[in-house]
Formats: sequence, C-alpha cells, structure tokens
Amino acid sequence: MRGSTRFRAAAAVTTLSLLLLTACGGGSSSGSSGEADPNGTFTVYGTEPQNTLIPTNTNELGGSKAVDPMFAELVGFKGENAEPFNQMAESITTTDSKVYDIKIKHGWKFHDGTEVKAKNFVDAWNYGAYAPNGQINSTFFENIEGYADVHPEDENAKPAADKMSGLVVKNDYEFQVTLSAPFSVFGIKIGYTAFAPLPDAFFKDPKAFAQHPIGNGPMKFVSRTPNADIKLTRFDGYQGQDKVKFKDLDIKIYSSQETAYQDLLSNKLDFIETLPPSALAGSKYKTDLKDNLVTGHLLGISTIAIPYYVPGYDNLDLRKAISLAIDRAQITKTVMNDTYVPADGYVSQGIPGYRPGVCKFCKFDPAQAKMYFQKSGFKGKLTIASNADGGRKEPLVAACNSIKKTLGVACDFVPATDFGQWRSIVVGHKLTGMGRADWSADYPSIEDFLNPIFRTGASSNDSVYSNPQVDAKLAEADGTADKDAAVKLYQQAEDMIAQDLPSIPVWDEKGVAAKSDHAKTAGLDFRRRADLSTVEVTK
Amino acid sequence: MIRYVLRRLLQLIPVFFGTTFLIYTLVWAVPGDPFSGKCGQQACPQAYIDLMTEKFHLDDNLIVQYFKYLGSLFTGDWGETFNGNSVGELIANSYPITLRLAIIAVIIEAVIGLSAGVLTGLRGRGFLDNLVLVSTTFLISLPVFVTAIVLQIVLGTEFGLIDASVSDDPGIGELIVPGIALGSLSMAYIARLTRTSIAENRHADYIRTAIAKGQPNSRVIGVHLLRNSVIPVLTFLGTDLGALMGGAIVTEGVFNINGLGGLIFRGIQNRESATVVGVVVLLVLVYLLMSLIVDLLYAVLDPRIRYD
Repeated sequence: MRGSTRFRAAAAVTTLSLLLLTACGGGSSSGSSGEADPNGTFTVYGTEPQNTLIPTNTNELGGSKAVDPMFAELVGFKGENAEPFNQMAESITTTDSKVYDIKIKHGWKFHDGTEVKAKNFVDAWNYGAYAPNGQINSTFFENIEGYADVHPEDENAKPAADKMSGLVVKNDYEFQVTLSAPFSVFGIKIGYTAFAPLPDAFFKDPKAFAQHPIGNGPMKFVSRTPNADIKLTRFDGYQGQDKVKFKDLDIKIYSSQETAYQDLLSNKLDFIETLPPSALAGSKYKTDLKDNLVTGHLLGISTIAIPYYVPGYDNLDLRKAISLAIDRAQITKTVMNDTYVPADGYVSQGIPGYRPGVCKFCKFDPAQAKMYFQKSGFKGKLTIASNADGGRKEPLVAACNSIKKTLGVACDFVPATDFGQWRSIVVGHKLTGMGRADWSADYPSIEDFLNPIFRTGASSNDSVYSNPQVDAKLAEADGTADKDAAVKLYQQAEDMIAQDLPSIPVWDEKGVAAKSDHAKTAGLDFRRRADLSTVEVTK
Repeated sequence: MIRYVLRRLLQLIPVFFGTTFLIYTLVWAVPGDPFSGKCGQQACPQAYIDLMTEKFHLDDNLIVQYFKYLGSLFTGDWGETFNGNSVGELIANSYPITLRLAIIAVIIEAVIGLSAGVLTGLRGRGFLDNLVLVSTTFLISLPVFVTAIVLQIVLGTEFGLIDASVSDDPGIGELIVPGIALGSLSMAYIARLTRTSIAENRHADYIRTAIAKGQPNSRVIGVHLLRNSVIPVLTFLGTDLGALMGGAIVTEGVFNINGLGGLIFRGIQNRESATVVGVVVLLVLVYLLMSLIVDLLYAVLDPRIRYD
C-alpha cells in the first residue's frame, strides 16, 4: 500500500502545479462592452523589419507596417478602394506629364516639432536616389531627370552629382519636379512610401534616426525591441484625414503565424492580416472567426509565367491550351478555401481601369484546350516551378493536375526551398518550365501592373517578354497627361498582352484577415495591412 | 587539481577555434545569393547589394572573412544584422530569458525525473514502475514541437489556462509550460537513467555493508546510494543545460519567446547569417563551460576519481 500512497502524493503534486499554472497564466480576455475607447491600444501581428526603418529603405510588409503610419506622403490612398487623394499636397499640377508643380499644405509638423517644407521632400528624394546610400527603393526615383547622374547604371562608375537636376525648390511650400520622360501616373506614384519627406534631423545623423525615426504621419515612434515589438503612439498634431481613433499601436513580432493566430483567438492580439495554413485548411477559419473575419481586396495578381527563353514554350497555341485547361473556379474554391477569386486579366480587380474578361483564354474550356494543344504539337512534359513554402505549392499542384487531366500531358510541380532560392532561379533565368509569377502593386494604378512586368527590359520582366507594339502603347500612355485617356491607352496595351499570353492569369487574392473581439472595427487595406484609420478598440 | 583545470582550460582554445570556424563556414558558405528575395518581387538595386557586400566583407574569401569576424568578436563586436541591429545587443536582450527557461526546464526534469527514477529504482517492478515506463516511453517518442504545440493548444486556446504566447520579458510563471515542453524529453531520460543506476547500486557491496552496520534507511539511500548513483545523471544534466539553450529553438519558436532559441529560429528563417553565427558561438562557449564544470564536480562527488 505504501506505493499507492506515494503515487497519490505525486498526483497531488501534479494537481497543485496545474492549479499554480492556472493562477499564473491566462486571464487577458477583454470584455467587449461595445464602447469605443479613444485611448485604447491596438495590437497587430508583425514580423521583424528586414531593413532600417527609413521610408526609402523599406519595401516589405514587416517594415512598412511600422514606417507607413509614421509618415504621410503627398498623396494618400483611401483604405476601402485605394482611391488617391491629396494628403500633404495642396495641389499637383502638370500640363505635359513631364513637369510637375507641387504645392504642399502649410502648418504640417514632423513629430519633433519642425515644420514640413518643400525642401524636406527634395532632400529625402535625393538621398533615396543617391547610389552610395544603397537604398532599397532607389529605383522608384528613376523617372526624375538627373537620376542617371546620381545613380549611374554601371555599378563601378562614380555618381557625377549628388542631387537630381529635376528637383527644384521654388519656396518653402512649393517645388517643381521635371521627369526625364513624360509619365502620367507620377501623381499617383508619389503616394508610395519611398516618397515620404524626411526631417532635417535625419540628414544630421541617419544612423541615429534609423533607431528612432521621426515622421509626419498619424503615429509617432515610441520604442523598438528587436524581435519583440515596435511601439507607436498617436501624434496629436496630425492634420491629415486618416487620423487614428485609438492611442497606442503595438506591433508585436511573432516567429510563427500559428502562434499569432492562437493569440488572436484568445484576444491577446487584435489583428492579423494573413491566416496560417492550418486555419485555412477545410475553411476552419470561418467557424473560428465568425464576425471577426475581415476581408479586403489586395492589389495583386497571381499568374503562371511561361518564360520565352525555355525551348518549346514559345508557342502561342500551347499557351492558350494551358490557360484554357486550368479550372480556376474549382481551385480557388476547394484548394484555396475562398481566399482567392479566379483572375481574368492582368490587372487586379478594383483598380481603376480593370475590365472583366480581358483575357479571353482564361476560362475553363476542356474542348478548346484540347484543340489548341493538338495544334501546338507540343511533346514532352510540362512543369510549374515555385517556392513550396507559405501555401504556394498546393494551388499550383492543383493547376498542374487540372492541366494533366484536361490535356492528357504529364505535368509536375517543381519546388524550390524558399523564396530566396526561388528568386535567384527567376532572376538568373534558370527556369526550365513554367513558373509562379505573382505581383503586388506598390501603388494603385493600372500602370504598375503593366510597365514593370511587360515592357521590354523592365525591372521585373523575368520571362523576357518583348513586343514593340506593347512598348509603344505603354510609352504613349505614360506620356498622356489626361488621366482617363491614359487609362484607355493602358487598357489597349493590356489587350495586346492578353493576345500574346506571356503569362497566364490564374487568381486574384481577396485578402482574408482577422480581428479580435477587442477590436470593434478594423479594415484591411489594399497593401495587406490593417487600415488604421478605420480601427476602433473597446475598453 | 589546479593543473587539471588549467589543462582543461587550454584545451578549450583549439576547440573554440575549430567549432567557430566550422560554423562560420557552414553558415556563410551556403550556396545562393544572400540578397535574392530580400527585395520582394523586384531584384535588389545594385547599389544596395554593393553596400551590403562591403559591410559584410562578402568579397573576401572565407578565411579572410572568418578572421575579420573573429577580430571584431575579440573587440566585443558581434556584428550587425542586415536590418542594422547589433547582434551583441540582441544576444544581451535574449540570453537572460533563455537562461531562465533552461533553468526552469532543468529544475523540472531534475525534480520530476530524479524522484520518479529513485522511486522506481528502489521499488522495482510494480504499478508505479510500469506507469513511469509507459509515460517515459510516450514522452521520448514525442518530438518537442508536438509536445509544445499540444500544450499550447490544449492549455492555451482550448482551456484558456495559459496564454498561447509569452510576453516580451516573461516571468517564471509564464515560462513553466514552455519549460515542461522543453524539459519533457530529458525528464524521461533522467527518470530512466536514475532508475537503472539506483537499481544497479542497490545490491552493491557497500550498500549491504552500510545496512549491516545498522545505518538508518534514510542515510543509506540519501548518502550512500544517491551519491554514487547520481554521477551519470549529473553528466547528463550538465551537458543538457547547454543542449537546452540550443534546444529551445523549437519551443521558443512555438511560444514566441524572445530568447536565444527564438533568435536562431528567426535568423535561420530570414537568413541572418551574422545572428546565427553569433548565437551559435555563444552556445559553443556555454557547452564547453558546462562540460568543464561537470568534470570538476565528479571529483567533489566521488573522491576516488583523481585527476593527477
């Protein structure tokens, strides 16, 4: 009997420790009383920024979540439909799409109390473009006249100047931008993060600034603990229309989305802009989240590129056959659990200038697909390559199966270990078959879906597509000052691209995010971030 | 004894250089461009690549790179991550948390593992013995990440007893469940190791003598039996503290603990070679130090073990 007494003692110890655990952890769930709290804290899921927290050096989601609320650009974009509006700009005028006269609003302040003046924009843009500063976003300034002098194409050449000749300060509240060629979308492009103004404090000591950024946006920097969190608080002197209705923003850095999702379900985290694969599987998220599901529309498009440098793939009939053989509706519904919608053009839905059905070969039509496949005379095996992580693999495997079933041709998914390896394959033109080619726009314009990808020699034209007529049409659209006329020309270019099918549009991401009970309202903006101006938190 | 300590300390030097060189080579010699994928769907501007290449001496060959790294390491500079954080600061922020977690894990595994081992070792076959056998087999067969995720989901999300993730600077209370997850595997090993050791020594001559001399039972077990049986367990516990500092990679990843394991976890994810090398160098030092301490403790526990 002595043994069982000991056992009982052990059981008692276990029970006791469990009780202790109960006392120690838990208990952070908040009563959602429904009353909005203007002094509340909003906690969002974050990842460690990949670069320093400077607008010209931030281009990924982790960093921009912190940088964007801290800075206000000349142009802002409305959260719900990405419509551009003048934010810091009083007016942006041009007659020829080449010379832009920009007036800024009076009385706007940086978080350190200094006023935002025209020279803060000019200095910041010059800093961003100057090659020795090695800023990640430097290419965004390439339209401005004099860019080649500060950022020579030859990497060994020394820059001839450290200021772009196209930027001239007229007075404290006005400056003039001259572009090297007419570009009608410049007035929207300057809404991108890289075009934010920088205070004088930055130029005195850029390194110290990166540790403690000073912006002109709705939220100001409080503190940052690497790998743990970035804290911002409301800037009460903010004059813009996207003011926030809560006080503190806590960007909590997670190493795993799964953990963040568990935290969200227990109200320890208020917002996550992307759901982990385990929650998407079998649409579990719909029952988990109910009213806390937040949907938006992201400015992105997923396509399958068919590189022109791969032998045998430069065959229009084959492209048509492949495109017609993919059952987009079924894959987005079953494999992607309704987080995507079928794509039917090269522009994301919701962008001004989007038209349904631009891509005539983007519907599922097995009979026609087979017909074109016969005509193509293609022999051999098809492959689709992509990085396999982050849920990229499953829909492409499904697309491959759909092609296989329809055309009766072998089709394999070829995985790359991670995004880095995948990018080096794509950039090095080492694909041996089709490859994933997703694009998300930096600013909401039809132009950003065409120029960087389909113009001959463009920065992201990874499948070396080249059509002189498309180039000419895009150049014509760039040079058209009238916005509506420009959009029409871009649409014509898109039509021509849809004839050539350099890549096959497959799906368009809806954007599925989640909020906690603690957040009364929260929207998802087109850049896959919480739209902070819509957020209200309860006590 | 002092000569032995000195000799052991001198041995640390080649081991340190050898291991750090291996780590450095393995981490930085991974094929592939460290900057691919850094700039999203666009290729990185050449100016950015040039700046980074110069900063991390990527143009030099690996040997030169390694010595440049060591050089700055000896001046106390652990280098910088790609996003401009000082690796030394990152380590300084995170090691106390990992140390706390590792100590909790060691305490849990020592207390539970040792008591289970002593009880079953003394008692021999029976219900308790079978229970410990089954439960340790179960624990050993579970990978740490499964234990961690199950604990997190069951205790955290389902029952709401704990938080699914741990705060930035967690106290002891928050770290108990991650500590259990981290220590569970070693706890099972310790229970079995102790059990075998005790069962073996129970019939040793000196125990019989002690009992025959009329020593009280508590003294026979507490002093004579335990002292001799605990030596192999101590070896295990000592090196385990080193292993736990590194083994925390998975646990810290799951519970989002901002410690050394989490630092490596993120470093590997983001290909932050500087962080990975820095932390691993530190772990090598901890490991070397722990095995030294264990060796020295032998002499304390067992006077028969003489070193010179």
